[in-house]
Amino acid sequence: MINKVVNDVQEAIAGITDGMTLMLGGFGLCGIPENCIKEIVRQGISGLTCISNNAGVDDFGIGLMLQKHQVKKMIASYVGENAEFERQLLSGELEVELIPQGTLATRCLAAGYGMPAIFTPAGVGTEVADGKEVRNFGGRDYVMEMAFEADFAIVKAWKGDTAGNLIYRKTARNFNPVMAMAGKMTIAEVEELVVVGELDPDHIHTPGIYVHRIFQGQGYEKRIEQRTIRKREGINLAKAVDYAG
Amino acid sequence: MLDKNGIAKRIAQEIKDGYYVNLGIGIPTLVANFIPDGIQVVLQSENGLLGMGPFPYEGEEDADLINAGKQTITMAPGAAVFDSAMSFGMIRAQKVDLTILGAMEVSEYGDIANWKIPGKLVKGMGGAMDLVASAKNIVVAMQQVNKAGESKLLPRCTLPLTGVRCIRKVVTEMAVFEVDSENGGFRLLERAPGVSVEEIRKATAGRFIASGDIPEMRL
Repeated sequence: MINKVVNDVQEAIAGITDGMTLMLGGFGLCGIPENCIKEIVRQGISGLTCISNNAGVDDFGIGLMLQKHQVKKMIASYVGENAEFERQLLSGELEVELIPQGTLATRCLAAGYGMPAIFTPAGVGTEVADGKEVRNFGGRDYVMEMAFEADFAIVKAWKGDTAGNLIYRKTARNFNPVMAMAGKMTIAEVEELVVVGELDPDHIHTPGIYVHRIFQGQGYEKRIEQRTIRKREGINLAKAVDYAG
Repeated sequence: MLDKNGIAKRIAQEIKDGYYVNLGIGIPTLVANFIPDGIQVVLQSENGLLGMGPFPYEGEEDADLINAGKQTITMAPGAAVFDSAMSFGMIRAQKVDLTILGAMEVSEYGDIANWKIPGKLVKGMGGAMDLVASAKNIVVAMQQVNKAGESKLLPRCTLPLTGVRCIRKVVTEMAVFEVDSENGGFRLLERAPGVSVEEIRKATAGRFIASGDIPEMRL
């Protein structure tokens, strides 16, 4: 098996330079590549185009990159919860392209599957479809959306092996598998790095062929954006507190 | 007039045994609280989960387990986790039986606007455009009138659209409507307790259709 392991986060992000396009896995702050983001911030790489579902919060995730004005353009589906983001957007410092979440995921998928474009009904008849080809199949309209091209995809997994095989945990999976497939160069940071043979082949979510560099991250903060809980004596309470919805 | 919980309670009646259901953020989230006993539903969260359970007990929150509103949740027995592409794949392929979401405006042809107010900060559409474009069965939970007293059920949406001719049913604090997307119109199906047809008519800017006796909602 080819060894994809790099020694540390510096080595992992080597080659990421000003002006590149990056994909960053995660949904909100869940399953984001914390180590790589911090290192990109430390090195001050700038003029970046970031493809990610969200833009972090003020002081965590991609929000850290925004604070240091490293992001030129953000491609995302939802960008709330970030005051610095709003400020830069309104002042014109930051370019933003908002796209439907399923379109975002599927444009990653197309890249990873070697397909140039997809047709989706999402956005037909709205400003999202402006200037794009719309084609009718079976009486319904679909807008053509292009596969993403990203210089680097940076993903976070739960476990990985030295051959780059990845397993994600719970909803921290989200965009990570499709972004891992979509990068010209894919970096995976994992909570636990194991030797080849330790992961059950049947349990692998991302085959190592898609992963170029892997390392075990450190000091995961795994911040929670909306801490919602129910009371232990909840049995007699209205179901209102019982369901996350 | 219904409060938000009343709207959620009425919408919960749309849920049938065995449904896969996607609940949007806001009033739709409350619908989960009113799912009738004895009905088995599987809640889909578009960040990649089928089988969303209740909020966790204090101390059992897991940063790796959230819903599309980024709230900590749990998984129900039989839950399944998948990636974002598959999540929207099952939505696009119409595997989800019922989608409940909020709206700023709905037109008499079933157009919906719920993601952008020009001149104000735009946070993005998230998964709303994918959901409204593909879901076969969408119920909108919304206020009938805005804070200025103006109807949000319009001949045409004034805000940028999220989807075109996709909404079939609307539940507000005043009424339940079926949208006639062929001919255009809000067909009144039910009234909120104590609200008259005339009051609802006045609060509906789009074409209003009411024929015969309109029953009160049973809550």
